[in-house]
This record gives sequence, structure tokens and C-alpha cells, in this order.
Amino acid sequence: MKKTLFDKIWDAHVVRSIPGGLDVFYIDRHLIHEVTSPQAFDEIEARNLPLFRKEKIVATADHNVPTKNQHLPIQEPLSRLQVDKLTENCSKYGVELFGLGHQNQGIVHVIGPELGITQPGMTIVCGDSHTSTHGAFGAVAFGIGTSQVAQVMASQCLLLSKPKKMRITIDGPLHKGVSAKDLILYVISKLGTGGATGYFVEYAGSAIRSLSMEGRMTVCNMSIEMGARGGMIAPDETTFDYVKGREHAPRGEQWEQALAYWKTLYTEEGATFDKEYFFDASDITPMITFGTNPGMGIPISSSIPVNVPTGEAASFDKSLQYMGFAPGESLIGKEINYVFIGSCTNSRIEDLRIVADFVKGRQKASHVEAIIVPGSKQVEQQAKAEGLDKLLAEAGFELREPGCSACLAMNEDKIPAGAYCVSTSNRNFEGRQGPGSRTLLASPLVAAITAVEGKIVDITQYLN
Amino acid sequence: MEKFEIVQSGAVPLPIENIDTDQIIPARFLKATSREGFGENLFRDWRYENSGNPKADFALNNPRYSGQILIAGKNFGCGSSREHAAWAIYDAGFRVVISSYFADIFRGNALNNGLLPLQVSDQMLQRLFEQVEKDPQTELVVNLPDQEFYVPAWDEKVTFDIDPYKKECLINGYDDIDFLVSQKEAIEAYESTRPWAY
Repeated sequence: MKKTLFDKIWDAHVVRSIPGGLDVFYIDRHLIHEVTSPQAFDEIEARNLPLFRKEKIVATADHNVPTKNQHLPIQEPLSRLQVDKLTENCSKYGVELFGLGHQNQGIVHVIGPELGITQPGMTIVCGDSHTSTHGAFGAVAFGIGTSQVAQVMASQCLLLSKPKKMRITIDGPLHKGVSAKDLILYVISKLGTGGATGYFVEYAGSAIRSLSMEGRMTVCNMSIEMGARGGMIAPDETTFDYVKGREHAPRGEQWEQALAYWKTLYTEEGATFDKEYFFDASDITPMITFGTNPGMGIPISSSIPVNVPTGEAASFDKSLQYMGFAPGESLIGKEINYVFIGSCTNSRIEDLRIVADFVKGRQKASHVEAIIVPGSKQVEQQAKAEGLDKLLAEAGFELREPGCSACLAMNEDKIPAGAYCVSTSNRNFEGRQGPGSRTLLASPLVAAITAVEGKIVDITQYLN
Repeated sequence: MEKFEIVQSGAVPLPIENIDTDQIIPARFLKATSREGFGENLFRDWRYENSGNPKADFALNNPRYSGQILIAGKNFGCGSSREHAAWAIYDAGFRVVISSYFADIFRGNALNNGLLPLQVSDQMLQRLFEQVEKDPQTELVVNLPDQEFYVPAWDEKVTFDIDPYKKECLINGYDDIDFLVSQKEAIEAYESTRPWAY
């Protein structure tokens, strides 16, 4: 039987199968952060268990951290408590921590890849649904709940049933100004917010192959937004070039050994999937969302649908009411007061370069607050080394310190009630960026142009 | 984990599709470092005004509805992996959530906390909404050992699927940690077969 990329990695990690169809499934890397780990550490302690393989765990603080004055103590007491608790637990159990102030600190899904912790063929979990990001390297990576965080701490394994398999193939060249973010928003708009529930997705095709690692991470990151358990892309030269030489990447003979294995990680000709979708890259144009789930996306120059998706009337109506939009309406010309560029979806150096390149010599509109939050200390340092900080500052953009920031409003960065925010993050749920906030998801380029124009525009005028 | 066998109770209907875990428990309430107390912020922004006053038209505030069973539109629990969503629902007194399908991570989290995610067909879900709307006093009987539920007024029993291992765990109040820790030898043997790896 021909195997898919997913089969190869899954099967290589089955310790044993138990009657009834569940697998004892081995985890190579466990990433933890301050929000979903404290109760897991408590669980381990209550049962008096050791960490089974503490060297396979890496920790960072990201969700709660302020993005200004990180050298000062965290002001918000509950956030401080959670970050302190992580430090305390990591020190007690001997877990490597990239805490606030550390040169490797950052959003967990940004630092894993940039430190070479994320590698092809691995299984990677984290108590965070955007763990699917790491699938960009040809890893099986997925988000888990806190009970499962405790299980991995106790045994380095999970008890799982193998998900169904889906392949999404996107062929052809992408239009100018169309990025990985537009590509994935397009796919999610076609499948819907629950369209891949129960499946593990492989992204394939020439449009995917043409993406940088940063772009591939953006695509895989948002797999969960259509319900997928995870998303992945077969590793190739782009992947190997990215991993090579990074701090935790294999070296010398081990590199050669790893590389030889990684080159076997692809879907064999004739392997089958439970479901397949095919899209033409030339159909994809810059996207934006109008509703309160990531499936509610449209090409920026088109209008909000009039026809309600089947069986979703209640949430569709509620969504438009929350957003203050009407069916059939165009978003072009809508005034925007906030622009957020950041999150595990779009806070990597390539994203910052796109924004800086566009705003060079331009100014943000005076009524817009534009913040740009690098995904990690390393991204921040790189941006400064390239002089992007100056370009951004001259254009009126505020470059912050790394963290999850206004993606989820757990920290000090929030969008006020009723305000519209064009955001490069991954979720436009009600109140996601602060109670009452209204989020429109888009690419870094669309976000940058919106900040300059102060309203939604058809960006094609800037592309020639 | 508390044992789950049979729940006989009224139900609270939430006929909205794609309810995400940010609605179930907004991120700003995830700062606790224990598992308790999340129930008071369950559906916080749908349930309360900014002032803290309850919104009268929200089902959980409607005195017509009560019970340990939550009935919700399809794709319940999508979005963030936060287990706090399952903790909040359980902490608020619910033991069963009925929907026509659940997001994968939420389903797993619910099962790991003694909360039964009961999946029914779209038609059955609609019928349940109509029944509870018509008669808010309707009681449902959910029998996990027999994998069936019924509404006494209907005179019929409806079966449902659940993973057999997870069913045993719920009925006995077991969780996966005990089982996984008992697999130590097999796990170490597995590790020894891939000395080069990662």
C-alpha cells in the first residue's frame, strides 16, 4: 500500500496499537507556554510523577506578555502570576525556558522553527491550536488540551486515533501581491470553518512549493481555522536550506543522516486520501474577512455574500450584526482605526520586510493606530539590523517587543469595543481582540496599505 | 474524573452554529492557574453586559431553561485548544453537550473531563431544538452504558456513537495518564529503536 507523507510520519511514531483502534503515539517535541501548562504541572505533581523526558520540552512566555517595556515587571497581576508560575515550574522540573528577556523568547510557533527545534519528520505538540504551524517543515504537529499536556509530560505519548487524510492541491503561479495569507484565507473560505474537521491536511502543488518557509508556516498555521487537526507540507530543498545551521539543527554526520531520512518524506504516487481538493492559484486574489469566523472571507474587491451558507443562517446573521455589515455590501471605503501586524500567523521577518518595503516613504493615516509586533526577539533584532525599525517609525508604525499581543487580547494590547481592526492574525471571532472588537483578517501587505489609506481599498492600484 | 453513567435532566438550547471556544470562555479569563471557577465566566460576553448585568435574552439567563444538558448548533467548540472551555462548561453544571458535530480538540478535552460530547444528526439536532423550544420542561435521559438517549415524550430511543475506550474511561472515571504511565516499558523499547532520532 502506497503511503502518504502523513502515514509515514504517523506510522513511525506508533509505540503500539491497542484494541479498539487507538494508538500509543510518541511525541518528539513538546512546546509549552504559560497559559495551558500550569494545570498540567499541577497534575504531574499531584500524582507524584516525574517528567518522563524533560529534555524534549521547550518553554516560552508569549500569550500574557506586554509588548512594551519588557524589562520592567509585568503590571497586570494575573498575567504576572502565570508567567512567574511558568518560570517556577520550569526551574523546579529542569525544563529549558526562553522566558521574558531571553534572547530566544518569542511566540512559541515562531521560535521553534527559527531555533531549528522544529525539524522534518517530527511529531510536535503544544497546548495551542496553532501548533499546526510546524507542519510547514513536514512534521506532524497539532494542538492539544491541558490534560494531554500532562499526559505527554508523564509519558512522552498520547493515546490517539489516526485522523482521516485530506490533500489540498494548489497549482499555478500566484498573482503579484497575493501572499500565503491570501492563499489560506481563500482555501478556508471555500471549505468553511468546519470543512476539514476530523482530517489532517497535506498541502501540495506548485503554488505551495513556490512559497518560502515563512509563507508555508502561514498556510499550515491556519489549518485549524477550517477545523483540521493539522496541516503539513512535504519537506524539500527550501526546507533543508532553512533548517541547516540553526542552533538546534543536526550537524556533521548527523545532518547527513537526518537529510537522507527527510528526503524519504513525501506522498508516494498512487497513495490515497479520504478527501481531495484542487484549486487554481490564478483564481486567488487579495482576501479579507467580513464576519466572525475565518471561513467568512472574500476577495477584497468583491462584496459580502447575499446567499447564506447552508445550515448556518443563525451564525451568519449574528456575525454580520456584530460586525455592523450588511449582505451584498462592499468593504471598499470602510474606515479603519486600528491595524495589527503580528501573531504566530504573520510576525516573521519576511512579513516585517513586506510591510517596511511598502510603507517606506509613506505615512499611515492620522486616524489609524498601527502596531507591528515581531514574533520573537530574533525577528526584532533582525528587523533592527536591517533598519526596518526606522522605516516603520518614520511611517508612524509602532514596532513593539515580541509576544502574542492583540491577536487574543490576553495582555495589555486590545482593540476597543466597536472599533474595526485590520489584523494579520488568525481569528476574527467576536471579542477576540478585546470585548466588542471587530476584526478583519488580511495579509501583511493589505494591512500595511489599509494603515496608509485609513480605509479598505482595492489594493491592485498599488501592484503595478 | 467523576464517573458518568446516566444523566436525566432538562436542557439549555443554543441554536447557533460554529460556537468557538473564545465565546465559551474569552482569553482574558484564562489567567487562573487552577482548573476551578471558570463556570462563572462561561459565555461571558454573550451572557453579561459590560456592566456585569445578565443579558435577559441569552438562554443561560432564561428561567425557562435549566439542566445539565447543553444543546448547541453544529461545529461546537471550534477555534482555540483551551481546555478551559470544557472546564467552564463542566463547572457551570453541564455534563452533556449535544451537537451535530464537534471540533476535534474540544471533543477530546470534553472526554478528558467527564463531559460527554454527544453527536447527533442535523435532523435530530433540529428536532431537539424544536422540542425544547415547544416544551422547555422537556427532560432528556442520556444513558452512556447503553449508548442511547431518549425524550420520554417521543416514545423512541436514539443511539449514539462513542469510542469504546473513551466510554469505559467515562463510566469508570479513568483518564489516559494512568494508562500511558503503565506503558513505560513499551515506550522505552520504542525509543531504543530510534537512537538517532531527534
